[in-house]
Amino acid sequence: MTTTPLPPATTSAAPAELPAPSRGDRRRRFGPRALLLNGALLVGLVASLGPLVWMVLSSVKPEGEIRQFPPTLVPQDVTLENYTALFDRMNFPQFFLNSVIVALAVTVGAVLFSAMVGYALAKIDFPGRKALFLLIMATLMVPGTITFVPLFVLVANLDLINTYAALILPFLAAPFGVFLMRQFMLDIPDELLDAARVDGAGEFRTFFRIVLPQTGPALATLGILTFLGSWNNFLWPLVAVQSADMYTLPVALALYSTGQNTVQYGLLLAGATVIVTPILVVFLVLQRRIIQGIATTGIK
Amino acid sequence: MALRTDAPPVTGGPATRGRRPESARRRRRGYAAWGFALPFTVLFAVFMILPVGASLYMAFTDMRGADLRSPLAVNFVGLDNFVTAVTDPQFQQAAGNTVYFVGVAMPLTLGIALLLAALLNSGLTWFRSVFRVGFYAPVVTSIVAVAVVWRFLLQPDFGLVNTVLGFVGIDGPDWLTDPTWAMPSLIMLAVWRNVGFSMVILLAGLQGIPKDLYEAAALDGAGPVRTFRSVTVPLLRPTLLFCAVMAGIAYLQFFEEPFVMTQGGPLGATNSVAYEIYNQFGFGDYGLSAAMSYLLFVAIAILSFLQFRLLRPKN
Repeated sequence: MTTTPLPPATTSAAPAELPAPSRGDRRRRFGPRALLLNGALLVGLVASLGPLVWMVLSSVKPEGEIRQFPPTLVPQDVTLENYTALFDRMNFPQFFLNSVIVALAVTVGAVLFSAMVGYALAKIDFPGRKALFLLIMATLMVPGTITFVPLFVLVANLDLINTYAALILPFLAAPFGVFLMRQFMLDIPDELLDAARVDGAGEFRTFFRIVLPQTGPALATLGILTFLGSWNNFLWPLVAVQSADMYTLPVALALYSTGQNTVQYGLLLAGATVIVTPILVVFLVLQRRIIQGIATTGIK
Repeated sequence: MALRTDAPPVTGGPATRGRRPESARRRRRGYAAWGFALPFTVLFAVFMILPVGASLYMAFTDMRGADLRSPLAVNFVGLDNFVTAVTDPQFQQAAGNTVYFVGVAMPLTLGIALLLAALLNSGLTWFRSVFRVGFYAPVVTSIVAVAVVWRFLLQPDFGLVNTVLGFVGIDGPDWLTDPTWAMPSLIMLAVWRNVGFSMVILLAGLQGIPKDLYEAAALDGAGPVRTFRSVTVPLLRPTLLFCAVMAGIAYLQFFEEPFVMTQGGPLGATNSVAYEIYNQFGFGDYGLSAAMSYLLFVAIAILSFLQFRLLRPKN
């Protein structure tokens, strides 16, 4: 962290984000310090992405090539046999479908319910509001590891073991989502809502026509985070589902990887790729929104 | 909490709707509010409040798998489950392993994340958004999936890690079956996967520090280390606190890593409290399992409290 050079005086046509680099800036940005710093970051980047790249590359190698020493960087004998085994022999299409159904239902339900209760908590003065808010905040930090045993007893007595309902319902009441939505809805100007009410719009109409469109970015952020959480969720699906046709992807992979397929790396890496790749694609497409969402959550 | 006044902004205007008595309107809005809150509140009561309460109840009973259909017909056993848990060598080992895991992985994660964030914030980075995306990518992956991948990377004979170590003449260990190296392996995976999360938040925190503070520090002749200690760290405290609490909560519950990579072995060296809770649940010992859950919960609360004490903003 050296002294920041004064901003150049003669750059009027600067790009939106950064001022055009002055000559000193440019020298700094390509000087030995910068070289060293970017080199270090590059090493970090390789360490960060290397395992994922290696996963994809290895998943299209035949089992023999996977076990070769020294390992081949680029697959010599590209094959999809691991994937065909996964999808033909191992019922992965069903697991994939289960994961999609559960993640979509959890996302839509949790976002909608969080937005509704968040709106009431932020913008309507009603009896019980403070108590409800405190109760929700008190459970914000209660982790799934604490509740899964009684939850299992409850779900078993509701006869919901091995159902989508068991995988979905407990995640529709997400305290973090309420916290996030309330936080954002506090920023909606009261005048806007009052204007709608004066125009004769009922509370529900106001909510769907005025409030929801105003909170678009927050809804998107919460939706993405909820989807990610559900897609990667493991402990509860592992407990709540016992018949193989109801497995979600992580449960199926974890059980296969610790069962009789424990050293069939080709198969397991293909399974890992099937779980990770869709999420990575979603992430790359929406990365700006996801990273900004995370950053603002941390700041708030 | 911002309490809003309930007075309508337009009074005595031509609108006849505004004439309704205030109390009736308040009641109507109260119903509407509970209408909004209802779906969440019902699910919240059934799937959150009830289990949290039931967990405490179960921790004091001898409930077993056989009582699944009659959870109320069980005996109270006082603190027996808690005594059993804390005197059980296996649980003690799991607790020690968990402290080891959190104690190493958390500072390592925060330290690397802070270093990366500071590098990315230095103004010298060439492709900042590429680095940001690249470092964050592991965060979105399923732990189960990447644990499978890391098991493969750490494979002693043809794994990538030992191959790379071999290039520089190091004979890598048999990571996951060596009691000494198994836990560092899990820590490596956890740090690799979670650094990006803290890094993004810390980077946003760094960007929120006003530039003129750095200029003032430079005018005062402060070097980079002094500036970092006296300007960056104090102003970053709340952000560091948030990252530390989030990492602490997540790491105290680590479960997928040993489940997939080691099944708690070798010789219990990677058994975690969460894994032990799951195992006792699997054995049908619901009461014991619930008691262990509560102990973990208390540990989480204590760690968060300590972090608040340690990292709260100093005035």
